[in-house]
Formats: sequence, C-alpha cells, structure tokens
Amino acid sequence: MNIQHINVKFYIQNPESVSLESYNKIFNTWIQTHRTEEMLVDVADYLHVHHGPGIMLIGHEANYSLDNTEGRLGLLYNRKLQENGSNEEKLAQAFRAVLTAAQILEKENDLQINTKEVQVILNDRFLFPNTEETFKTLKPDFKNFFDKLYNGDAYTFERNTESRQRFILDVKADSAPSTESLLEHLPAIAESVHA
Amino acid sequence: MKASNPLWQKQVFESAPEEFIREIETYETEIQLRKQGKMDEKVFAESRLRRGAYGQRYDNGQRWDGTETQTLPFPSSSTELTKGMNTVWDAPGMQRIKVPYGGMNPKQLEVMADLAEEYSDNIAHVTTRQDFQLHFIHIDDTPALLRRLASVGMTTREACGNSVRNITGCPFSGVCSTESFDVTPYADALTFFLLGHPDIQDFGRKFKIAFSGCRDEACGLVNMHDMGAIGVKRIIDGVEKRGFELYVGGGLGTVPHQAKLFADFVSEEELLPTTQAISRVFARLGEKKNRNRARVKFLVAQLGIEEFKRLVTEERAILTEDPRWTAYLSNLNKLDETPLRPAGKLAEDTPRPEGFDNWYKTNIWNQKQENYSTVTIALPLGDITPNQLRALADIARTYTNGTIRTTVDQNIVLRWISNADLIEVYSALKAVGLGNAGAGTIVDITSCPGTDTCKLGISASRGLAGELKKRLAEKSHTLDEAVQDLHIKVSGCFNSCGQHHISDLGFFGVSRRSGNYTVPHFQVVLGGEWTHNGGSYGLAVGAVPAKRIPEVVERLTGRYVAERQKGEHFKEFIQRVGKVEIKKLIDDLTKLPTHDEDPSLFTDWGDSREYTIGDIGVGECAGEVVSHAEFGLLAAERQAFEAQIALDEKQYQRAGELAYLSMKQAVKTLVQEQFYDVPDDNDRVAEEFRTRFYDTKIFWDEYAGGKFGHYYLRAHEKSNESYSPDEAHRRVEEALLVIEAAHTCYGKLLATKNTVKPFGI
Ligand code: SF4
Repeated sequence: MNIQHINVKFYIQNPESVSLESYNKIFNTWIQTHRTEEMLVDVADYLHVHHGPGIMLIGHEANYSLDNTEGRLGLLYNRKLQENGSNEEKLAQAFRAVLTAAQILEKENDLQINTKEVQVILNDRFLFPNTEETFKTLKPDFKNFFDKLYNGDAYTFERNTESRQRFILDVKADSAPSTESLLEHLPAIAESVHA
Repeated sequence: MKASNPLWQKQVFESAPEEFIREIETYETEIQLRKQGKMDEKVFAESRLRRGAYGQRYDNGQRWDGTETQTLPFPSSSTELTKGMNTVWDAPGMQRIKVPYGGMNPKQLEVMADLAEEYSDNIAHVTTRQDFQLHFIHIDDTPALLRRLASVGMTTREACGNSVRNITGCPFSGVCSTESFDVTPYADALTFFLLGHPDIQDFGRKFKIAFSGCRDEACGLVNMHDMGAIGVKRIIDGVEKRGFELYVGGGLGTVPHQAKLFADFVSEEELLPTTQAISRVFARLGEKKNRNRARVKFLVAQLGIEEFKRLVTEERAILTEDPRWTAYLSNLNKLDETPLRPAGKLAEDTPRPEGFDNWYKTNIWNQKQENYSTVTIALPLGDITPNQLRALADIARTYTNGTIRTTVDQNIVLRWISNADLIEVYSALKAVGLGNAGAGTIVDITSCPGTDTCKLGISASRGLAGELKKRLAEKSHTLDEAVQDLHIKVSGCFNSCGQHHISDLGFFGVSRRSGNYTVPHFQVVLGGEWTHNGGSYGLAVGAVPAKRIPEVVERLTGRYVAERQKGEHFKEFIQRVGKVEIKKLIDDLTKLPTHDEDPSLFTDWGDSREYTIGDIGVGECAGEVVSHAEFGLLAAERQAFEAQIALDEKQYQRAGELAYLSMKQAVKTLVQEQFYDVPDDNDRVAEEFRTRFYDTKIFWDEYAGGKFGHYYLRAHEKSNESYSPDEAHRRVEEALLVIEAAHTCYGKLLATKNTVKPFGI
C-alpha cells in the first residue's frame, strides 16, 4: 500500500497560554518570508468554529494549521500533493515538515509541543479505508518508522475504529523527546520523494 | 491533488443519477481538452463555472503580503496553463454545491463532511442561497468530488455561471402555519426541469429564483429575486386551485430593484411553462455585452412590466407542449415528510440543561403539526466542521426521518422534532458546539465570503461579522429586547451577496484613501426590511472605517433603545429620525486619522496585513458571456475528441458514430443561429442544414467549396451503416474538418451580423 496524503498532528503542551489570534500575523509573516519548503498561499482563520481547524496556513503542496479538532489543540501538517518514495520516506517527509515548523514556533512564539503523543491520518478514504485490513497492511511500515523516530523508547499505537473517520493512528510514547531529537532520528529522505 | 482521483471514475455509483454522471464525464473531458490546449480558456472558464467550480482570491498568482505584492510560484505558472482569464490552473478555487430549496438528508451531510476533510480546508460553508461551498479546492480534484456528490444525488451543475442558480425556498415549507401550501414539490420540479434545459443556456447573466409559502414572513425573500413565486390559493369555478403570485425583475447587487408583480395568479399547471417562457425572453432580449446591465431586472425596467408580460405571454403561446410541465403534479406528495418520533410535549418537570431556555426562546419554531418543532442550528458565519456534520447527521437520524434544510441566513434547520425530544436534542447539539442560542437575532449575522476568499472583496465582511458577533454575544443577555430582534448583514463589496440591503443594519465593503494609504471601510445601510419577503431596501448613510463599525452599531442601537416609540420598528425609527440626523450621529467616525496617529485603522478585521485593494481580481460572479453557439461547437469538439479516443481503443463502430454525431452537433449549432428550436432529429438537422447553409453556400469554404458540407451530408446518409476501421478513421478526420468549417462559418455569421434568431419558429 503506497501511503499518500499523510497528515501529522502534534498536540500543544500549553494550549491555555497560546494566544491563537496572534498566529494570523505569524503565519502571514511565514508567507512573506517563505518560511517553509512548501509554496504558501494564504491564511484562513476559523477560530470562531467550535473544535474546528483553528488557524490555517494554506500552501500548495501542504497546509499547516493550529488545529483544534476534538478540542485538542495541535500543530497539524496536511500533505496534499502526492509523493514518490517508500512509505518510510513519505512518513519522514511529513514528520520533518511538521517538526521543523514546531521547532520554529517553539523558539519564536508561545507554544510548546507535546512530543509524547502524535496523530497520523491518511487523508484519502478511497485508498486507505479505515479498516482493520488497512491497519494490518500498514502496521509494519508504521512500526518500523516509529521504532526509529522514538529511538528505542517505548510507544504504542492504536487505530481510531469509528468507521466514518479517515484512517487515524494515535501514537503514544513513554518519553517526551525534544523536537530536535525527533528530527535527528528521522529516517533519511531521498531527493526524489517529492513528486 | 488526490492520488485516488482516477479511481473514483471507475467506482460504480448505482445511486448516482445517470445524467449527473454523464455530465461529470463531459466536464472531465473538457478538463483534458483544456490541459492539452484544445479548448479556449474563456469557454473553459464559463463551462467550469456552470459546474460550480469558481475562482478564488489570489488565483491570478499574485498576493499582497503586507508590504509588497508577491508572485505565487504555482507549478502550472511555468506552463501558462490557465482555467480562465488570468486564473492559474494550480491556484485553489471554490466549489459551490447546489442544495435545491435547502433540502438535505443525513447521508448528504456525511459526504459533505468527507469532502471537506479530503479536498478542502476542513470547513463546509452554508451560503446565502442555501448552497454549500468548499474552499481551497484544486481543479483537478473536482471531477472526483462531483462524483462523490452525485452518489448521494447532489449536483453542482449550474451552481455558478450565467444560468439558473440554486432555487431557494422557505426552510419551513410544509411545516409552517402561515403558508398557503407546501411549495417544496414545486421548487423541486422547477429545479430539475430547468437543470441543463436548452432554454437557459444563453443568458447574459445569472438568474435567481425563490419560492415562498406566504407573503409576510422573510423566509423566501421573493422580492429580491429575478423571479419569485409566492404560493397562493384561489377558488376557480367553485374549486380551490393552487397557484403562484409571480414576481420578476428583483435583485440586489449594485443597483437594487424590488421585484415587480408579473401575475397575481399563475396556476400550478402553468408554473413551469411560464418560467420557460420568461427564460426564453430573457435569453433573447437580455443584455449580453455589458454584464453590469445583464440581469433580468434591467430588461424589465427597460421594457416596462407590461411589455415584458406581453412578450412572455406571446412566447408561452408558441412553446411546444412538454409533458414535464405537469407530470410532477400527479406525484406532489413524493417529498412529503413524516415524523420519526411520536408527538409529545416538552416535559415541564425535567431539569433543563444550562442554556436551554435561551436556546428554546430563539431557535425553536412551532410547526403547524401540533407538538412538533423545527430546531435552527445557528452556524457562526455559516461554517461547520466535518465532525459537526456527522454529529448532525446522527441527530437527524435519531430524532427525525432525516429532514434537514439549509437557510438563506446560513443556518441549518432540523424539522419534525417532537417537543418531547427537545431537551435531548439540545444536549446532543450542545455537545458538539451546535447549541448556540440567538438564531434570527442580532447575533446571528449573515456575511458573504468577502476578502477571505472572494476575488471581488473590498473589505473583510467575515472578519467584521465575526467581531460584531463576538461583541454582541458577550452582552446578549443585557441587550434590550428591541435590539435583540434586529438583523445585521454584511457584504464584502457592493455586489450584495451578504444581502445587506434587506437588513436593519447592513454594511458593504468600500475603501477610502488617506495620504499614501488605502483604508478599509464599510458603507452603512440602514432600515432595510427582512420580513415581507425582503419587503424594502435600506439606504446608505455614509462610509465608516471598518475598525469603527462596532462603534456605529453601538451608537445606533443605543439611540434606538433610548428614543424608539412604542412598537416602533428600527426601519420606522430610521425614517422618523431621518438620514441627516443619523448621519450626524456617526459623522465623527468617518474622519480619518493619519497612519502614524492610528495604524490600526489601516488593517482590516481578521487580517493582520496592512490593507490594500491590490488583491481585488476580476470577478467570476457573472461568468464569461459565452454564446450558445460557442457552447454548441465546444460540444461538437468534445464528441470528436471522444471519437478519437474510441479510435485509439479500436472501438471503430463507436468512433464512427461519435464522429458523425460531432458533425451533426456542429451543423446543428449553425442551424440554431437561424432556427433555434430545430428538433434534435438527425434527418431534420440534415434537411435544415442543407436548405439553410449548404444550398445557400453560406457554409461553403473559399477554397474547398462545398466539400466540408458534403462530408457531413454523406456521413448522414451512411449513418446507419457499420464502420470498418478505415471508414471510422476517415469519419473522424472528416468530423474535425467539418467542425473547423463550422467555426469559420460561425465567424462569418458574426462578422456579417446576419444571424436572425426568432425563438418561436
Ligand atoms: S458581495 Fe462582493 S465580496 Fe461578497 S461574495 Fe459578493 S462579490 Fe464577493
């Protein structure tokens, strides 16, 4: 199964002290200064929506957002464009993107990332139906990837079994490595990963 | 772009209406043609608009970043592939989805949720025409998205462009105590009668239709429509008959017009043919070149209502009988709704959850069916998340037979809720953030997309609406009752999509210069009437910087509370106090400080960038005016393209047949320039072509003479024969030449202006 359209969400450690309104300006500055690898297009503000997508930085290849789905604020990376490469490489690409953004936000702004928990979503119901079969097929790839990411530390993952949801994997680690350390342990990505 | 897009094409949707799927296949072919450079960008633009695929802000590849205008380097920019004039292929766009009269079911809500997650930005948006919209969609994703909608009976066809837009209707039809009768089946019948109808393909601009069950309430907003129908009953020969008070020529936009009474009683049997006749007169006589004057309101104003009526009556008299005009009347009950749960009373002794009483006061409407209520879900700015849509689908399934409507004030209504279930329903809605009170009150603010996503937006209507809502909600419990009932509506520009003319306090985006800077403003429009189907329009009293509009609301409502006479409505208050006095009240707010004195005024609500009007693009609201003939010739090209594919796939019979049909389509298009209603019969088209274009040598080529016409006529003679591979090849080659010749001939017709178009022949 060729994984595509990976979404990765790292939760925010200190949601109550994050001034979400200020991210309109922050994300606009990111567009101005070409802060990400992806081409950035616009900022969309949905802070008025209950448990909604929060504040979004819309890009061509991917979106970044401070997402509040299910009332849990997190930094979400949503890869829209297809990619080449192995599943491990594609996971590594999405994690690298979100962790790099997380690092910037941690350094320059008021949020801290909770690295103990991460959610991975495969955003295509046709290719990745939310079934046990998909889970079984992809489990070795995920295991392989998270073994490396958490560098031998204990972790568990679980599939969200609500049938109408997309394929969602909730990963919980025992330790809370820094974003730097997670970035260091990411598997290497070949140049050809981007389609 | 989704990796699964081509796979959805192979997915068999048994539930999808065949014509919806055919239409999507046609669209998909057009996307391919455009990508191969075989379709003109202007024609493609109008064609995608007619599938609801709209442009979005910054799709010209430019965006002001607060200090300078950046070029957005979309990959397709390098190939210069566009999806319309100055519209970059890869730039995200908006997809509008038609929801006739707002009627939806739980399955449709669930599909909307999936689409918002997979293709859009995790938000589905209810519009002021009861449609849904998804933003930030890649054009390549649209065919798959359309297929998934078709699988639950939804279409985007003619959601935009110069066509009949979504037909709206009261969300309370069938359950409302003030209605004459349920207008739902009529709105439904007219929707599907007009969808793709040849007589609506040649409009100079859009045409909006609304249905209402009564005169006095606001729900249908008939007065502001190109055509509005209010259900009325009349005794004729001792028998009660259903019919419609029919209005034409209403509209908001830059120059608002109140609709004129066309007929005080159009019987139910005459509703469809009368609308068809109106459409034909509009297509024939409506302005085509100047889109600012191309709505039917200008035609009615120019001709006068009596002359317009005379022309429509004349047109009606010569229409060919269509069985669909009345077929639906034998099955009017097909859309009747029934309750799922037994009628019951609201339990007096059950403890009420916090917030219930306020919600009950504003969001519940008693149905005419005793002990049932409608529940309005007040959506903030019309936005709803995928998880909320799913939760709503569950609630609708648990408490109703899936009876859901969207509303023109960007909310959703659940119908047939037993009063005994109201507390449970409230708790279920509240749990997912959908239990907000205040539906239909001052906090329930309507707004168009404005500068958030609209190419024409001047000011941030959503930003302002959100800010006003926040401030008013904070003190909603202390607001005077008279103020609570006021309506606020905001448009991002004079085009009035937020319907600001028909609200008590309306605002539309404008800008003003201050030194070297431009400052976002809103024009203040006061005293419009929401009830009586949008009974009268408000008047502009002055432009105020966007950031000071909350202060305007504060002052005006304060003055109203302090000085209103007993029972005096806001509209009457404004009239009594007078524009001069009102203007004085806000005059100081219109004075601009310098940028140094107060830089905050130089940004807009919800947008941290310093303000510019440089991002305003060319609107697609009206679409491109593409003639009927251009569309006809495009259809011929599409068929020829499909014939080529069939040839590649060695399906020779199919290739030959398609090639012949493409020639027929091309020549029929020319014939229609002289004889619009030529029947779609192969022999008849050939005969008309021969006498009108071949024998007269109008179709003759300067060098090749009658050769291309002869190709077609010979293909017609042999059209019942089978095709060998060679013949199929030849026929495809010939088809391409005939289509080219048809283009040339059409060009000549235009140049000599010798096209006569008597519709009724
Ligand atoms: S009113 Fe203006 S800004 Fe608002 S949607 Fe219409 S065209 Fe766009």
